[in-house]
Formats: sequence, structure tokens, C-alpha cells
Amino acid sequence: MEVVSSVRTPLVTGAKTLGDVTQDICVRVEAKPPKTWFLAISVSLSLLAIGTYTLFFTVWDGIGVWGLNKTVGWAWDITNFVWWVGIGHAGTLISAILLLFRQKWRMSINRAAEAMTIFAVICAAFFPLVHMGRLWLGFYWVFPLPNTFGSLWVNFNSPLLWDVFAISTYFTVSLVFWYIGLIPDFATIRDRAKNKVSAAIYGALSFGWIGSAKDWSRFESVSLILAGLATPLVLSVHTIVSFDFATSVIPGWHTTIFPPYFVAGAVFSGFAMVLTLLLITRKVYKLEDYITIQHIEYMNIIIIVTGSIVGIAYLTELFMAWYSGVPAEQYAFLNRATGPYWWAYATMMTCNVVTPQLFWFKKIRTSLWATFVLSIVVNIGMWFERFVIIVTSLHRDYLPSSWAMFYPTFYDIGDYLFTFGFFFTAFFLFAKFFPVINMAEVKSIIKSTSSSDKALK
Amino acid sequence: MATDNEYIVGVYGDDDILLKAVKSIREAGVKIHEVFSPFPIHGIDEALGYKRSRLPQAAFAFGALGLALALIMQYWMMGYDWQMIIGGKDFASLPPFVPVAFELTVLLSALGMVATFIIASDLKPYKKPKIFDIRTTDDKLVIAIDLADNKLTKKEIGEIVEKTGAEEVNEKSFE
Repeated sequence: MEVVSSVRTPLVTGAKTLGDVTQDICVRVEAKPPKTWFLAISVSLSLLAIGTYTLFFTVWDGIGVWGLNKTVGWAWDITNFVWWVGIGHAGTLISAILLLFRQKWRMSINRAAEAMTIFAVICAAFFPLVHMGRLWLGFYWVFPLPNTFGSLWVNFNSPLLWDVFAISTYFTVSLVFWYIGLIPDFATIRDRAKNKVSAAIYGALSFGWIGSAKDWSRFESVSLILAGLATPLVLSVHTIVSFDFATSVIPGWHTTIFPPYFVAGAVFSGFAMVLTLLLITRKVYKLEDYITIQHIEYMNIIIIVTGSIVGIAYLTELFMAWYSGVPAEQYAFLNRATGPYWWAYATMMTCNVVTPQLFWFKKIRTSLWATFVLSIVVNIGMWFERFVIIVTSLHRDYLPSSWAMFYPTFYDIGDYLFTFGFFFTAFFLFAKFFPVINMAEVKSIIKSTSSSDKALK
Repeated sequence: MATDNEYIVGVYGDDDILLKAVKSIREAGVKIHEVFSPFPIHGIDEALGYKRSRLPQAAFAFGALGLALALIMQYWMMGYDWQMIIGGKDFASLPPFVPVAFELTVLLSALGMVATFIIASDLKPYKKPKIFDIRTTDDKLVIAIDLADNKLTKKEIGEIVEKTGAEEVNEKSFE
């Protein structure tokens, strides 16, 4: 028995029936996309075109075309990598951790967030692959293949290798989790299909699903266990990404608070990207009844919480640098805040610590425009956080004679644009051909939520 | 064609009514073939008398396999097959092997369990679904009763299903 509450606000508004849910979501897959969709995808395809040009020369000429130098050996490439991995944390967090906590508001947003996760992780993996130079050999270098394949065993003591395992496991498990959830919805589209081509394609994608009670019982147990597995996994991924830095002895990197600090930052930027994308999707596809102001408010609350954790981490780092009494460590942080990259540090502090605090005001966290702008500001801030950690810790090392600055080249910028082009193109294609909202899950709460909607009226 | 597989199909519009219907149909001594619904129904397994899924055990077994393989692989490669001095440390020690061991545990556990699920539920891309009512993936819930499983006649079963609040009672047969 579903308990109907007259106190809780409904998760889906508009007093929808089961049939309405199917109709509202499927019609967007079946109908011709709106003009705004074509406009959006042409913008993302042009980004992809520019990026393909620079990427071709990055591979053809080698990564010397980037602005890296002897002192700053990691810059935009690893910044972008960490930034995209961070963004890729929201989807699985929403679908796994919120499932374990039985947060039903996840149901309208989990599908799109998981799709975003998968595309973001692909974008992230792109940078270390290109950084290898001869990326077609990457397969031999990162996976434990026998020595006869041309190189030695991989080094299991290296955090960079742990990263390979973490990211590829995270990608695989997220993809499987996402796909299992899609199967019942593909079956819905299959059973409504009017032409043979879409019936065949969605028929194959749905794996012959018919929604028998036995299958649903297994399906639920698979979802629950996958959520249980994905929860420590999602926390482990950014932890291991932070090990890339934390296990080194570079002042500014050699910090024990990196793992929790990186995970909080990842959730922070991931939720911001989910908001940016969902506010657009909601508008273009008119999903206001499914993604309500309440959903947006809840995500904004998560942004305040994680943003504040990140803020405390920044202050802890400064305190520990001073308290450690190590001159190199102290200088690294002084240089971050007051050195030639002070503006990057100031941007990071403003965008991550100061502006998200505006969400304490209910008016701001329930305003679509304010949320949209601040969600982009958060991701600008999080990009600068990674830039600050990576570049400012490197550019003034132990020998003042080798101090240097990093200046991005056209190829640094172009390769970054490539991932944007890929990410948005993939997301727009997803929004057109896949059900953007998990119909089966929304249907399971529709009765209780639409009755409370009626009770409020 | 011979229609030795004839089904009575009761169509419902609400999960609570369906759940009660399942109980009263089973109490009336009629064997239910299967229930189909567009979303998971809470408590349907108990009502149908299904045993708990053993997928958690599969997940645990595959996870244990992943952990064992990861540790054997790392100890063998680093400590035995090709020893290398890295930072003057031991050839093989547990702490640096933990991250990869953890990741492979999760990976094998997840993939193994999902594969078990797909095989157990016989899901495959080229499978032709046996659809009792096309609306079960949209907004209707359905109880299917196989006449071959039951001694009662078509009419008697139809009446029992009708009384439980079914919106429609249909017949369906597959060739």
C-alpha cells in the first residue's frame, strides 16, 4: 500500500496518470525534435569540428603543440581530465547513493544524470590518452598485458595505473547500471513503435523485456546491489584521482586531505553540470511537470553542502601549510594566493566558496535563472581549482632558475573544445533518441505523488 | 494451429487492486502463470509465492573471484614474474595493491551479477517478446492464467478474474 501524504509536495506535478507518463516521455522520442534542438546540436557539432582539427595536429605533431614546458609538465590536459572526471560523479551518486537512501526525488533526474556521467568520463579519459603521445599504443601501456606484447608489466605501485583501473571500472559499471535501467523503457518505446525500423531497433535494445513479475523482482535486486557496489566505487574514483597528486612529494600536492576534498569537489561540480544540462533539457522538452522547482532546490542544497566542504578544505590546506613549518609547503600556498597566478586562486575562491553561499536564500535557490548562472559559475570555479592545484604547484619548483609560467596554445584550447563538442553532441543525441526520464521508476511513484498533488489543490 | 497454450488474461489499471486480485485468485485455487506490469509492484513476489532472488549470492561469488584474481595477478607480476626495484621498496606488498584489488572486485561482481540476471531472465537482443497485452509496458497491469495449468474451465476462471476487479478479461493464445 502506498501511503498518501498531504504534507509532502508532489514529486511529479500536473496529476499525471500512468498513460500520461508514457505519452509525455515517448512522444519526445517519436516526434521530430524542436528547432531549438537542431540549433543546439549544430553549435556542439561546430565545437567538435574545431576540436577535431586541433586534435588531429596534436596527434600528428605530438603534444609539443601544447604550451607545456620543462617546469610545467602537466597543465590544461590534466586539469581538464580531473574536471571531467569530477563532473562524471553526479550521475552515479544520484542513482546509487540516493537509491540506497530511498530518496524518491532522484527518479526524474537519474537517467539524464547517468548519461551525463558516461559522456563526461569518456571526455576525461580522452586527455590522459592523448597525453601518452602515441595513443594507439596506449592499450599496451595501461593494461596488464604479457611482456611479449612489447613492454614490461605495468607498475602496480603507481597511482596513475590505479587510475586506469578506477576510471575504466567506473565507466563500465556506470554504463551497465544505466543500460539495465533503460531496458524496461526501451520496451515501452518498442510497444508503441509505429514503423518497422524503430520497432526493430528498440526491440533489440529492449532485450525482449515484457515486465513479468519474476523479471521485475530480479531487476530490483540487481539495481539495489549495483547501487551498493557503485556507492563505494564512486567515492573511490576521485579518491584515486587525488592519489595521482597526494602520493607525490610536490609541495601543494602532498596532502592527506586530498581524497575527501576531491570527492566533495567532484559531487559539487557534478551537480552543477546536471543542473546546467537539465535546466536546458527541461525547457526545450517542456518537462516542467517532471523536473520541478523542488528537484532544482534539492540539488542546490547539495551544492551548498559540498561547496562548503570544499571551502573548509581550502582553509584547512592553508592552515596545514602554515602549521607544518615546512618552508617549501608554506611558499607553495603563499605563491598560489599572492604569486603570478593570484587571479586564478581568486576566481577559484569566489566561484566555489563565496557565490554558492547565495543558495542559502530560498528565493535564489528556487530561481531558474539564478540556478543556471550559478551552476555555470561553479564549474568555472572547479576548473580553476584543478588549474590552481596543478599549475601553481609546479611552476615555481625548488630551483628559482627553472621557474616558468604556463601559457595555453591554440591546441590546448582546441582540444578542450573537442571534449565540449563531444559531450554536448552526445547529450543532445541521448535527449533525442533515449527516454530522458526513467518512465518505469516514475510510474511506480505516480499514484502516491499525483494523489498528493490533487490533495494540495 | 493447435492452441494447447490458451491463457486467460485479466487486465487491471491499479497495482493495489492487482495485488488483492492475485491473492484472491490464488485463494480460489487457480494457478497464475505470471503477472506483467509497467513498473515493479511492491510485494508481488510474496503474493505470487516467489522465492527471494539468489542474485546477491552471485554478486558475492563474482566479487570474491575478482578480489582473488586481482591479488594473484599483482603478486605474481610484481613479486614473481618480473621483479623490479621501484623506489627501493619491496617487490610486492599489500598496500599499493589495494586500489586495483578493490576496483576489480567491484568490476567482476557487477558484470558477473548482471550477466547472471540476463541469462536467468533469458534477455537477449534478438528475442521475440511473448506479449500477453501490448499495454503492459504502458499503463496496464496484467494477470495471465494458463488453462493447461488449471483444472477449472475457461468460463469458471474468467468469472473468478472478473470478480477481482479486472477492467477486462481477455483470452490469448500463442502459436
